Amino acid sequence: MSTLIKGADLLGRGRADVLVRDGRVAEIGTLTAPAGAETVDADGLILLPGLVDLHTHLREPGREDAETVLTGTQAAAKGGYTAVCAMANSYPVADTAGVVEQVAALGRAAGYADVQPIGAVSIGLAGERLAELGAMADSAARVRIFSDDGHCVHDPRLMRRALEYVKTFGGLIAQHAEEPRLTEGAEMNEGAVSAELGLPGWPSVAEEAIVARDVLLAEYVGSRVHFCHISTARTVEIIREAKARGVDVTAEVCPHHLLLTDEAAHSYDPVFKVNPPLRTDRDVAALRAALAEGVVDAVATDHAPHAPQDKDCEWAAARPGMLGLETALSITVAALGGPEDCDWDTVAERTSRAPARIASLPGHGRDPEPGAEANLTLVDPSESWTVVPSELASLSQNTPYAGMELPVTVQATFLRGRATVLDGKLVEETE
Amino acid sequence: MKHLLTTKQLERDEAELILDLTGQMAEAVSGREVPKLPTLRGRTVVNLFYEDSTRTRTSFETAAKRLSADVVNFSAKTSSVNKGESLRDTALTLQAMGADAVVIRHPAAGAPQRLTEWVDGAVLNAGDGTHAHPTQALLDAYTMQRRLGGIEGRTVAIVGDILHSRVARSNIWLLAKLGANVRLVGPPTLLPNDIDAWPAEVSYDLDAALTDADAVMMLRVQRERMNDAFFPTTNEYARLFGLDERRLALMPDHAIVMHPGPMNRGMEIAARVADSPRATITEQVANGVWVRMAVLYLLLTNGASA
Amino acid sequence: MASPARRAPSDSPDRPPEGKQILSADDIGRVLDRIAHQILEKTKGAPDTMLLGIPTRGVALAGRLADRIRRFADIEVPAGALDITLYRDDLRRNALRPLEPTDLPPSGVDDQRVILVDDVLYSGRTVRAALNALYDLGRPAQVQLAILVDRGHRELPIRADYVGKNIPTSRAESVAVHLTEYDGADAVTITGGAER
Repeated sequence: MSTLIKGADLLGRGRADVLVRDGRVAEIGTLTAPAGAETVDADGLILLPGLVDLHTHLREPGREDAETVLTGTQAAAKGGYTAVCAMANSYPVADTAGVVEQVAALGRAAGYADVQPIGAVSIGLAGERLAELGAMADSAARVRIFSDDGHCVHDPRLMRRALEYVKTFGGLIAQHAEEPRLTEGAEMNEGAVSAELGLPGWPSVAEEAIVARDVLLAEYVGSRVHFCHISTARTVEIIREAKARGVDVTAEVCPHHLLLTDEAAHSYDPVFKVNPPLRTDRDVAALRAALAEGVVDAVATDHAPHAPQDKDCEWAAARPGMLGLETALSITVAALGGPEDCDWDTVAERTSRAPARIASLPGHGRDPEPGAEANLTLVDPSESWTVVPSELASLSQNTPYAGMELPVTVQATFLRGRATVLDGKLVEETE
Repeated sequence: MKHLLTTKQLERDEAELILDLTGQMAEAVSGREVPKLPTLRGRTVVNLFYEDSTRTRTSFETAAKRLSADVVNFSAKTSSVNKGESLRDTALTLQAMGADAVVIRHPAAGAPQRLTEWVDGAVLNAGDGTHAHPTQALLDAYTMQRRLGGIEGRTVAIVGDILHSRVARSNIWLLAKLGANVRLVGPPTLLPNDIDAWPAEVSYDLDAALTDADAVMMLRVQRERMNDAFFPTTNEYARLFGLDERRLALMPDHAIVMHPGPMNRGMEIAARVADSPRATITEQVANGVWVRMAVLYLLLTNGASA
Repeated sequence: MASPARRAPSDSPDRPPEGKQILSADDIGRVLDRIAHQILEKTKGAPDTMLLGIPTRGVALAGRLADRIRRFADIEVPAGALDITLYRDDLRRNALRPLEPTDLPPSGVDDQRVILVDDVLYSGRTVRAALNALYDLGRPAQVQLAILVDRGHRELPIRADYVGKNIPTSRAESVAVHLTEYDGADAVTITGGAER
């Protein structure tokens, strides 16, 4: 089985044809389609390494009414992703080899994107005792990232032990930085808007205090550390300074923190409720600059589907989180200057190569070259689109971008050479 | 104006219209043989209360009945916040019952605004979380107008737990809109973190804040704040931010003392101050009915809301 | 006081008289003279009587009638105002109406002869509302109605005791009463509808 991608823009290497055969890139140049090969016209399209998401909530097992591994990976494919890292806060929690192997198997069965489970740091995400990190690492799911996401590993001693312990198998702790005592009852960013709206505030210092502490801990024990969904200008400064000092720290930013601010809460529509919360213009500007510069390594979606009843309610009663997989690339491009002015190589770096490195996924995040796995995404830089929640592949509709016109569309996604998306639509049959 | 959710959303002329109507309602009914008007006959006003507040509910109920509306009291002990029926489902029920207006008191900020998306009738916010309580602010403004002869140019000190006070949040915007100088006084722990944009000055010194105040509004301090490190002890709070007779004497002779109730006597306000002729506390309660009549009239007779 | 929806309660918004003039300023003066005399005659000197104008223009007319009665017979008939806004049956349909003051003579309405005064009598709904408003204030001995212009088209069994002028109209027309107190000059005009 082979596919010829005709005339794509190969990011600084000019226009070329790419022949994909048996799941790998076979040849690049000016090519004619071999007999039996499908041809994809990529005139005017950009060929990116398939996108990799470090932070996806697939909700299965446990909340299949909000998302399943199948629908979540379909959304991923439509968003240009070829691999997603599934967060551990399922029911049951992914804190044992059994659960992570189940999630990985569901991903393989669905076939729309590689699903790399993330294991919990602590049993039941309770922050008290370490989960069997080694067993998850040794399992068929090959877990390398561990996170209590949704909860902060706030006990400094537990965090220290976790940072040290994962060195055994090259693991990585991904911290949800939130000092819990400073955010008790918090509903949105603490600032002028929360003061007006009477919603309890989530102070930026609650994130920054943990980031600062964990940079010091990682430096002290000589481990690497990754920060999930960083959201404040001051966090950027702490990470910039840590990197300059040579600390092995990486960080991700979510698309919504690159575009939206706490002003959205004026509507009291919980579609804008997310944790960490939407911040201010100043934070958005700092995060955009940090993404362009590389202080922030990766864009991660924190794709968090929720059933209607969990959002169609009072702000305080709503669950935090928003959809992200199908809109992330568009917003990243917008945040980096728009399709005309952004550096597409930076787009590829932040959405594919860097997250693949951080997640230790060697088959992903590779630019097309002969022999590489053909995990690729074709993007139309000149076509914008309007977000219609009911048209999204996700089972849930809690997108904060409803009705917004976003730049760039994903035209095709290839997972090991097989198209999961063609002409912007899911390819329904699998295997 | 279709709903009354906050005072911040009110235009100055709308606020003045409500205050005018309030006086006219008081005049129209006071001392009459039949203290009741047929104005809202056949209209249904639902009191949807998720918090116990007999005083506010009764005030709205009295106001609606004086205008001959049918009143349905729908008290919900639980909400979706604590796993009861969802607000949306309750709203759809009220909608099916044909409520012309829903008066809602809810522990979650923004619940009244959400409700406007699910019902066709007018929504009146009777207090949502720590967000807003517009009719309280309007009745306070009406009381000040009557006792001080006006609001423009007057200085009003609002004292106490600003952070958790919907009464303060509604008074600040209304009073500023009506031309008053608003001064917030309280410990920094009980003031929101970023209020640079608020039309108010901030002081930590109650004595100094009172010397030129035309009105002081004492806010209730919830007992549970004591256990959460907002201030060390009730004694210390009363000493620094309570209104006692010594402090009352610092104020100009014409100045009035207000409290939205219920009071903690001996905590934010000394018993003798609460009972002094300068206190307007019971007057505020009486004016509440007129204000709510004015607001119901405004929202339910507007052609747009029928 | 600022009132966004405030408007003139007669059929005419505040603009210079236009359309066909039915009554001139002199006509209005003569008509009011006649009504004042009729009141004195019909009430036998107007004992225990008060004039209650329905805002806005009825209030001015009540005042003018009281002046005339004083001048003609040296009898003091108190004049006041009775706002009927809260008693209207069209509140649901029309834009917000600000309230007007109700101003009763100190005697109150109990056991008094109350003469309601309005500018135009049309459907009768305003008078219906005024009667309800009046009976919520007390129990008058008798109620009469004085009207400057009766334009017909009654929807209720109501008639006036004192009528300045009967003016047959079509429903498409509007009758506007202009009074010096509000409009700078006295006139009654008719506009709209088919050519007469």
